[in-house]
Amino acid sequence: MKPVPQMPAQTVAPPTATSGPTASPPAVEVHDLTVAYHTQPVLWDVDFALPPGRLVAVIGPNGAGKSTLLKAILGLVPLTAGWVEIFGRPPREQRARIGYVPQRESVDWDFPTDALDVVLMGLYGRLGWFRRPGRRERERALNALAQVGMAAFARRQIGQLSGGQQQRVFLARALVQDAALYFMDEPFAGVDAATERTIAGLLRELRSAGKTVVAVHHDLQTVREYFDWVVLLNLRLVAAGPVEQVFTPENLHTTYGGRLPVLTQAAETRLRRGTGSD
Amino acid sequence: MSAEWAIVLTAVLTAAACALVGTFLVLRQMALLGDAISHAVLPGIAVAFLLTGRLNSLPMLLGAGAVGLVTVALIEALYRTRRVAADSAIGVVFPALFALGVLLITTQAGRVHLDAECVLYGEIAFVPFNRLVWGGTDLGPRALWVLGAVTLLNAALVTLCWKELKVGTFDPTLAAALGLAPGLVHYLLMGAVSVTTVAAFESVGAILVVALLIVPAATAHLLTERLGRMVVLAVAAGGLAAVGGYGLARVWDASVAGCMALAAGVLFAGAWLLAPRQGVLARRLEHARRVRQLAGDLLLTHLAAADECPPGVPAVAAHFRWRARRTRRLLDELAARNLVARGPDNLLRLTAAGRQRVADFQDRRGQRHSGNGGDPTERPAAGC
Repeated sequence: MKPVPQMPAQTVAPPTATSGPTASPPAVEVHDLTVAYHTQPVLWDVDFALPPGRLVAVIGPNGAGKSTLLKAILGLVPLTAGWVEIFGRPPREQRARIGYVPQRESVDWDFPTDALDVVLMGLYGRLGWFRRPGRRERERALNALAQVGMAAFARRQIGQLSGGQQQRVFLARALVQDAALYFMDEPFAGVDAATERTIAGLLRELRSAGKTVVAVHHDLQTVREYFDWVVLLNLRLVAAGPVEQVFTPENLHTTYGGRLPVLTQAAETRLRRGTGSD
Repeated sequence: MSAEWAIVLTAVLTAAACALVGTFLVLRQMALLGDAISHAVLPGIAVAFLLTGRLNSLPMLLGAGAVGLVTVALIEALYRTRRVAADSAIGVVFPALFALGVLLITTQAGRVHLDAECVLYGEIAFVPFNRLVWGGTDLGPRALWVLGAVTLLNAALVTLCWKELKVGTFDPTLAAALGLAPGLVHYLLMGAVSVTTVAAFESVGAILVVALLIVPAATAHLLTERLGRMVVLAVAAGGLAAVGGYGLARVWDASVAGCMALAAGVLFAGAWLLAPRQGVLARRLEHARRVRQLAGDLLLTHLAAADECPPGVPAVAAHFRWRARRTRRLLDELAARNLVARGPDNLLRLTAAGRQRVADFQDRRGQRHSGNGGDPTERPAAGC
């Protein structure tokens, strides 16, 4: 594996002006986190804190450990070193407050089930062992499907939905979880324009409802439009903070090395010219 | 109960117990693991038989069930070292355990009545002779009781842990994030597969039991898009294969287990070919229908572009490099739907409905008459 450019991680302290008089715990706090599969570290000494109520993009090149970071925060992979806290407590104790949207390719879409049933799965944790979902749960699931514009497809077998529709079903499933903190693994990957608009609108709604969203994101062009915080990652943390402060050409260069794709280079030039500080 | 009924009922219960857990093996894409477990429990069966001198006793079920779980744990431990791939890990572990079982049986064959052939292929015809006697009362064939109990056990597991099995199969990451312990559910299922395999081996043997675990469930998967119905259909397909297989065995005077596996295979082949939505035939027809529709839309678009000098049939065929017969057939179909009209000069023109259809088609493609000359369908036909 190539050596990663050494650079001190630049972290920006959560703005104290916007948070209340009593400092509430950060939505996510990651402290000196290292994760290694076998001998290769996939995350190296990562350290940051995310304030609640923000839309946070996790960006970095392929193999930078973005998905692993989400899984480590969720407690789905063993941590080699360091710790994670969700709202000031270990993730294990906060399951009911966490919603998770996996990558679309991570499941078998030939599975014999329909959209409604997949959304209902989001309520399984709340039901506990052995109990089956009833009418109330079904109503909530239908509402969530309507919220993402998929009510008409409730009884459609999931393999017969388009990629964008499948992604919306996953989002509806996260919505019924009614969590305070959402983790999404590439929610915008390979979706059509209509779905992209739906998801972006949904993210804004979640934020105005006081929720925190942490999403792995690939499209550097839309980071400014969709998110207000950003975590730049390439095995090590490059920077974490508000978009306008840390989403800079210098940090992007450190994150991606010389491997910025052409399109993102174009976006970067736009950044250099000093357009847009929203 | 007559001996014949006992045999048929045993066969049906075997198939039902297998189909209940087999459904989840198929959906987890773990068919090979079922195969591995069914072979690897052999040393457990052999040791339990040597100790108790009985087939299908409780210690045998428990012992072999434990060996089944050890098999799964060994395979996963070996795979986790990443020195071998997942399928190789399975391929390394189960033949070793299976061979151990075969050696145990063949070296001890003189001492006990358990021959390798019976273990490998099963001998359901002996089922009526092995009775369960309780306090001096004959309660009937022992295998019937054991398989009945295992079927109930599997039905209870599937019913009680329905949503846990479902989410753990469809999306184990979500199951873990929800705190529904997919690992525990996985081992429960694998324990059930092990016990089922052991209970079933007397009727179908260690080799063919995999046919009952996998084939009826795979058949059901082709026939439905609901998990509940898939379980029911898998049990039904298994039962049908059991009864049909027994009938065939009577007619041909052949191995019951072999005939059951054959019947299950025939049912699968039928579903594979004829399933209403997912069958090969339905897929082919649907594909052909879509291709024909697209060809029709392309042809209409071509005619719309060539409005000023309408082409004849040969020009259209030459433009698309279609054979004359295909072109004529397509045009006949479009004419029948009143989209194209053939003038007295034998040239092809769009009707009003045809023009509307082209507009809709281009709308759907999101490129309504952009005027770029690059689209081959928009070039006017030659020879005008």
